[in-house]
Amino acid sequence: MRLRYFVALAIAVIVSAAVVVFALPPAGSGSITGKVTYMGTPPKLKPIDMSKEPSCAKQHATPVTAENVVTGPGNSLEWVVVYISAGERGGGGPSQAARYDQKGCQYVPHVLPLEADQQLQIYNDDQTSHNIHPLAKINQEWNKSQPHGSPPIDTKWEKPEFIPVKCNIHPWMHGYFVVLKTSSYAVTGSDGSFDIKGLPPGKYTVTAWQEQYGTKTQDVTISGSEAKTANFVFTVTPY
Amino acid sequence: MIPNKFAVTFALGSMALLSLGATVVTAQATHVNSVSPNLGAPSVETEESRIDGVTGHAYDGKKLYRRFCIGCHGQDGNGEGENAQWIDPKPRDFTEATFKCRSTPTGTLPTDEDLFNAITRGFVTTNMPQWRPLSPQQRADLVAFVKTWSPKWSEEKTGTPLNIPPETPITIESILRGRTEFQKLDCWECHGPEGHGDGPSASTLTDDKGNPIRPYNFSTGTRFMCGETNRDLYRIFMTGLDGSPMPSFADVVKPDEAWDLVHFLRTLQPLKTQEASLWKSYVAAHGKDIKPIGPDVAAGVQ
Repeated sequence: MRLRYFVALAIAVIVSAAVVVFALPPAGSGSITGKVTYMGTPPKLKPIDMSKEPSCAKQHATPVTAENVVTGPGNSLEWVVVYISAGERGGGGPSQAARYDQKGCQYVPHVLPLEADQQLQIYNDDQTSHNIHPLAKINQEWNKSQPHGSPPIDTKWEKPEFIPVKCNIHPWMHGYFVVLKTSSYAVTGSDGSFDIKGLPPGKYTVTAWQEQYGTKTQDVTISGSEAKTANFVFTVTPY
Repeated sequence: MIPNKFAVTFALGSMALLSLGATVVTAQATHVNSVSPNLGAPSVETEESRIDGVTGHAYDGKKLYRRFCIGCHGQDGNGEGENAQWIDPKPRDFTEATFKCRSTPTGTLPTDEDLFNAITRGFVTTNMPQWRPLSPQQRADLVAFVKTWSPKWSEEKTGTPLNIPPETPITIESILRGRTEFQKLDCWECHGPEGHGDGPSASTLTDDKGNPIRPYNFSTGTRFMCGETNRDLYRIFMTGLDGSPMPSFADVVKPDEAWDLVHFLRTLQPLKTQEASLWKSYVAAHGKDIKPIGPDVAAGVQ
């Protein structure tokens, strides 16, 4: 009897320990912040002619341009994904579904970072049909029509990959799914800044990825709950 | 003492293996887009295909591939054989395991039979001929070999073939409903209001390698890329042609609506079909009342 009680207690202790170790995200209060900027002359962004699709054109008060190299004041670079590419000892895992919208014949956000196996929901908010065509190579490519009023497409990506997305009906629409092995990532805003929080102490490799200029990496070591800075500079070309 | 020592060695060994594994995983994460095509792909020695009681062997298929396919599809299976530069559309790149003609949903691998049918049928309006002169056994061997070019064939399951219910009756009502679908689903954006392959987006279309590609022109009356029957036509737009701009409509079109669309699409071809003759007499009687398909109508609807 006493033995049985002891076994039950032991199991309870082991299970609760396992919950603490595996189910909770790594306790950490370190962070890496920084700014992504460019050197050189960036390309002029092509204006987009949406006159073919009046229902989209009228949603934009100012002319829309391509978003492959979006720059801001102080040579800042927007839509750069900064993420922990090495050094992490298992994250908390994705909690909620990532959302991707087709709105005004543009992808919102232009670049969507998400974790492998994270649920992904793709919405068509427009009055027209889109076909969503992720040109995956490592994952399996697919291509689905989503007419006006269709329910969202529920999907996920199993393997890490930078996946370009396009709509064949509206050839100016270009976006990216950035599928990562980590939940520690950020996308630079219009001021080029990013902020990766919740990092436990450790040695990390931080990678910045820009769709046209590729990746840059830096090693960052965090001890305690340090807030470290990592800035990235991409050399851009006008063409 | 000896068992203990063994246990310690074993534990250390497994830890070393685990950390090695972690290193490999980390390396993959850093270079996520570097593909090494054959790493993890099925073995040429053992890979098989099964089609209608015939079992194909990749080992035999390899010899046939070197004899019949290598000129276009290349020694690495990537579609860059010595003839490829003269060919448009380009030969299939087997290392990507993306195939147009499937019975399975978009984003899934085709069945062995789908690949077998593709080799047998060839692709009309491309340089891929029919391979009927090869025996069914030889074609099955080639199917098995094609599956040794990509690791996806060992990692992923083949998709479940689309269920195609029996065809609904061919009536003028069905054709008219199909015509509404053609407008509503924006088929005309690429295939054109009259199905001539000249829609507003037609000239901008590219395949997954960025090469220009043309939408099907119904007025030529040629066979479709993936077959010639009404069932084939149903399957084409429901599964989509992966690797091309043609999407899958399986999530947005119900089976009855799909058959309506099939019946309408047949009226766009200059063929002596039941659909075409029904449509011809309808146009003769109601020609003035038929609203044209295209952007103006769409704007009016919205």
